[in-house]
Amino acid sequence: METIGVGTIAFLVLFPMLIAFIQLLVRDDRARTFITVIGALVIACAAVFLAYEFVPLGSQKFAINSSVAELLGYVMLAIDVLLCLYIIGKGIAHKKYIAIILAIVQLCLAVYVDLFVADGIAVSHALYVDDLSVIMALIIGIVGSGIAVYALGYMRVHEAHNEGKDRRNVFFAVMFAFLGAMFGIVLFNSLTWMLCAWEITTVCSFALIGYTRTKEAIDNSFLQIVLNLIGGIAFTCALFWIGNCYGVMELDKFLAYSLTFSENGYTLLVDLPLLLLALAGFTKAAQMPFHKWLLGAMVAPTPTSALLHSSTMVKAGVFLLIKLAPCLGFNLPGYIVMIVGGATFLFCALAAISQSNAKRVLAYSTISNLGLIAACAGVGTDGAVWAAIFLVIFHAVAKSLLFLCVGTAEHHIGSRNIEDMDDLFERMPRLARLMSIGIMGMFVAPFGMLVSKWAALEAFAQSENVILILLLVFGSAATFMFWAKWLGKILAIANSGEEDVELTVSTSEWVSLGLMTVLTVGCCVGFPLISQAVVVPYLSGVFNNVSAAISSSDLWIMAVIAIVIAVVFLGFTGATKKKVVPVYMAGIGTDFKDRKFLNSFGGELEATQRNWYMTEFFDEKKMSFVGIVVTLVLLVGSFGFAAQTVSAQENVLNDINAEHASYEQSIWAQGGADFPLYMQYYQYYQSYYEQNKSTLQQQMNVYSMDEFMNMLYMQMYSQQMSNSSSSSSSTGGSDSAGGASDTSDGATSTQGGGM
Amino acid sequence: MELFGYSIWSFVGMAAFLVVGPIVGCLLAGLDRKLSAGMQGRVGPRIRQPWWDFRKLWGKEDATVNGAQDLYVWLYLIFIVLAGMAFFAGANFLLCVFIQTLGALFLILAGYASRSPYAELGAQREIVQVMSYEPMVLLVAIGMFMATGTFEVNSVLTADVPMIRWLPLIFAGLLYVLTIKLRKSPFDISMAQHAHQEIVRGIVTEFSGKTLALVELSHWYETVMFLGWIGMFAMWGGGWVAAVVAVVVALAVWFLEIVIDNNFARVKWQAMLKSAWWVALILGGINIVYLIFV
Amino acid sequence: MSYVSKSPWVIHYDGSSCNGCDIEVLAALTPLYDAERFGVVNTGNPKHADIFIVTGGVNAQNAPIIKQIYDQMLEPKIVVACGACACGGGVYQSCYNVMHEGTRAVIPVDAYVPGCAVKPESIIDAVVAGIDLLEEKAKKMKKNPADKDRTDADAGHGVHASVANVDDVPGAGSADVR
Repeated sequence: METIGVGTIAFLVLFPMLIAFIQLLVRDDRARTFITVIGALVIACAAVFLAYEFVPLGSQKFAINSSVAELLGYVMLAIDVLLCLYIIGKGIAHKKYIAIILAIVQLCLAVYVDLFVADGIAVSHALYVDDLSVIMALIIGIVGSGIAVYALGYMRVHEAHNEGKDRRNVFFAVMFAFLGAMFGIVLFNSLTWMLCAWEITTVCSFALIGYTRTKEAIDNSFLQIVLNLIGGIAFTCALFWIGNCYGVMELDKFLAYSLTFSENGYTLLVDLPLLLLALAGFTKAAQMPFHKWLLGAMVAPTPTSALLHSSTMVKAGVFLLIKLAPCLGFNLPGYIVMIVGGATFLFCALAAISQSNAKRVLAYSTISNLGLIAACAGVGTDGAVWAAIFLVIFHAVAKSLLFLCVGTAEHHIGSRNIEDMDDLFERMPRLARLMSIGIMGMFVAPFGMLVSKWAALEAFAQSENVILILLLVFGSAATFMFWAKWLGKILAIANSGEEDVELTVSTSEWVSLGLMTVLTVGCCVGFPLISQAVVVPYLSGVFNNVSAAISSSDLWIMAVIAIVIAVVFLGFTGATKKKVVPVYMAGIGTDFKDRKFLNSFGGELEATQRNWYMTEFFDEKKMSFVGIVVTLVLLVGSFGFAAQTVSAQENVLNDINAEHASYEQSIWAQGGADFPLYMQYYQYYQSYYEQNKSTLQQQMNVYSMDEFMNMLYMQMYSQQMSNSSSSSSSTGGSDSAGGASDTSDGATSTQGGGM
Repeated sequence: MELFGYSIWSFVGMAAFLVVGPIVGCLLAGLDRKLSAGMQGRVGPRIRQPWWDFRKLWGKEDATVNGAQDLYVWLYLIFIVLAGMAFFAGANFLLCVFIQTLGALFLILAGYASRSPYAELGAQREIVQVMSYEPMVLLVAIGMFMATGTFEVNSVLTADVPMIRWLPLIFAGLLYVLTIKLRKSPFDISMAQHAHQEIVRGIVTEFSGKTLALVELSHWYETVMFLGWIGMFAMWGGGWVAAVVAVVVALAVWFLEIVIDNNFARVKWQAMLKSAWWVALILGGINIVYLIFV
Repeated sequence: MSYVSKSPWVIHYDGSSCNGCDIEVLAALTPLYDAERFGVVNTGNPKHADIFIVTGGVNAQNAPIIKQIYDQMLEPKIVVACGACACGGGVYQSCYNVMHEGTRAVIPVDAYVPGCAVKPESIIDAVVAGIDLLEEKAKKMKKNPADKDRTDADAGHGVHASVANVDDVPGAGSADVR
């Protein structure tokens, strides 16, 4: 099992990279089609194989031979460095100085963390598979590959309109590399490796957004890279902290420790790394105040947008937040994630109302939904995470379907404006139906997004967070508005007998569109099964007493309705046995198809109708501004608060009893950062606390055992930091003997059970 | 006795709504017209008038703008009926709310599908109506969950006190948006009930004959379901007494709606949206904070 | 007895006129006359209406409008011409632009209501009388659904025309335009 696991994971990460490399070399269109289709099929099958192999087994971790791991670590570091140099090079070429500065900072931090912090920390399990990563792998493998296939047909048309050099080989190479890196993010347990994959996705999307090389595209790609470098830097800082303070470099251990720490009241230790990782997640998931890059990314060809929005990039951000979810909840990072997510959900949904550009509506809706996912992760209860995971699944399939539909529509009706999609039902009959299913999949029962939102509503009600509840209810109303008006527009029927312009849509586009539609409906129908097979098992690995948030009988009702709606939309022809009559034009209609009528002077006028954009209420700039201010204040405030408490605590700690400081150091040295071992000392501290209660109260302002432990912990990590900076890998026990000699029984048992 | 996890009484509730719902709805619609006439100093039509209207429409010539429109109207009816059945089966309240919203969406789509200037404008306004009442309706569900610990409607049948004890402000908020949901003046902006308006009959302009009859039927179902929501607030585990109280409260609210309908002029959508959201924010917010501290 | 007679919904069009009849039609709906007693609803929408009430004269400009409204009404339907102008041009009969035949120049008229201006009572009476015609048509439609459309050839020949019984309406105008 070990070898199969490592093998599958390695294949999932490396095979797309291989395909990417081949794509780079291939310039022939037919060869490209062949490689892309084969590559996509193999990747999808590998993802399914991963699910087949590991869903029955549940969570698995895999160790890697230490020398191989070390070698790989250097490779990852080299990749990190190359990526930063690439950004710096691009930045110099385009005179983007902020990007250069951030890339340099990121470069220094990454090198420092890799060489000096992570180096001395043994990584016992570099890889893992659990049900969440299986879900993510399936999304990446199936939806991501589907988009790659779609891109074949789309990019052919795109290049035909493009006068510059045909750079499709680069485009497809970057797409596949992107998929490989995404598999890395969801399957690497080693945090430094994950950082590397994280950075690869950042740079890949940079390359995809800037693909067309227009000024607008390049500006937007740099906006993306600047915001995501902030996230990358936050990620690296978090690794710095985790390595120094926890002494681990593995995701699962970090989460387990954080959970134990926060359960025992050591919130200070936990807050900062969680906040930093959440910040990294926010940038990737385009949460306010970092949301602008995803809007800018809309200038890229549609497959890029589909890829960024549905299966990759932004999903990496929320994946990280969902991973953190058990440690969030009613603590500082939890509240921040909740409120930032909730505010993003509301303000982006409101801003979407004011948009007529279909891709921008989709972008705002993506950001908004990611906000909802983030808010669920922030609540951090089993019900909320259940909702978050389903939101990820359904958003991935429905949103990719929608992007692909909009891309195809754009090529055939010549516009991505929703107003121009009027009467699409007649002009592109099949596409309009698929688009309707995609749109309905985003916002109404019985489709997954709404059912997940239902679970979210329940989780929020349980959390009794009034602000979050209000953000959710108003955001939901806004969501209804902007989807319903779009859906109505495309379903309008003029009986105009316009020609069917979808006959020229390429096969690869139809295949992908069909796949996404099947997935959108199939996931709704299979909702209860997905819940039982993967989501509930994942949650039971993370939480206690888990049950599905929505009863399965309700889910089955939804499944039946979903089938009915899918059958109706895909099946009905629009034909009728009734007499077909023209619309009412107040008696003065002249041309009912174009809605023309006579005015009072006998002249002919045309009645036109635009959808409502309500800019007087929901102006994009206004919403964006309010959202940015709210979230920025929250983020700055929370970091300020966390930093300030940390430093205040450190000042007190400087005065702490030297004996206990050295004692701390000794157990740290002996036990590494193994928390269970540490807990054995708890009793010792408790007795010490009881004995010196009055002194501690007078001198240290320590009034409870929790505060005392907090203080000790702060001391411990500051010692550890100075240790690691002086001698990075020494876990020497030379001073531990002195420390242990004057302690009581607790220390003896440590030595017995030491590592 | 249980079937698919629902007790036999749930099925009785469903069947009752399916069969008795439209009869009650029809009578209420007739009474509504009679009472309105009375308030205007007129005699008004017979109470059976809505039924006669329905039968007449059913017998009219079949004609339509397009086939899709009729299909959407059928789906509107089906989902409204399903939502009501879910409610009277005592199932999850959110299930009822969401299916009802689905029904509302299909009515909107029917309006859009006709692509008539009047129906399309009505459909757009209907979206604004949904957007206006949606926050308050969701807050009703959340308040219900926080007060009773469950979204299951039949939990009110065993409660010690009526839900209104815990949700007085949310109840008031629901009353406010009920006017929007029933499309009564001052919020009848999407399908003006009375003719000679700038949008003719708004969203239903292009529906004729049987299709219009189906819309009327759906309205009857809708009215009964919404009054059920109101009654839910006054219901508790007190047997027949509780049931009578709930019915009386629902009817009183319905009468209040008629009074409002007859005393207010139609407002603009801006006023509707703003006021409904403020009501939801203030009444809903305060009530939820109250629930947190109780 | 079919249901159409219990629920006559009307649509009202006012042609070229002094607006006197127009106002009287609205008066019929006011509390004093309360046409809703008979199930009458002023729909303002031909697709919902059973009875087309035309007031005012017909001229070249509004003739197509009347025709279009009539065409958009669904069977069974009847037309009631209210007032002297709608019935036959009234005082404007000899004007260069007014069709001296009145409404029947464009669409088949089923009932004529005299008066200048027409009285609300007469309008209600005409509507109630027209109900019988509706009834007849509904029956015919049931028997032979294929024959539900009247052709344009019928228009203007008074084929379906009949007279409302206005004798017992106090104060009804004495001029019978037929």
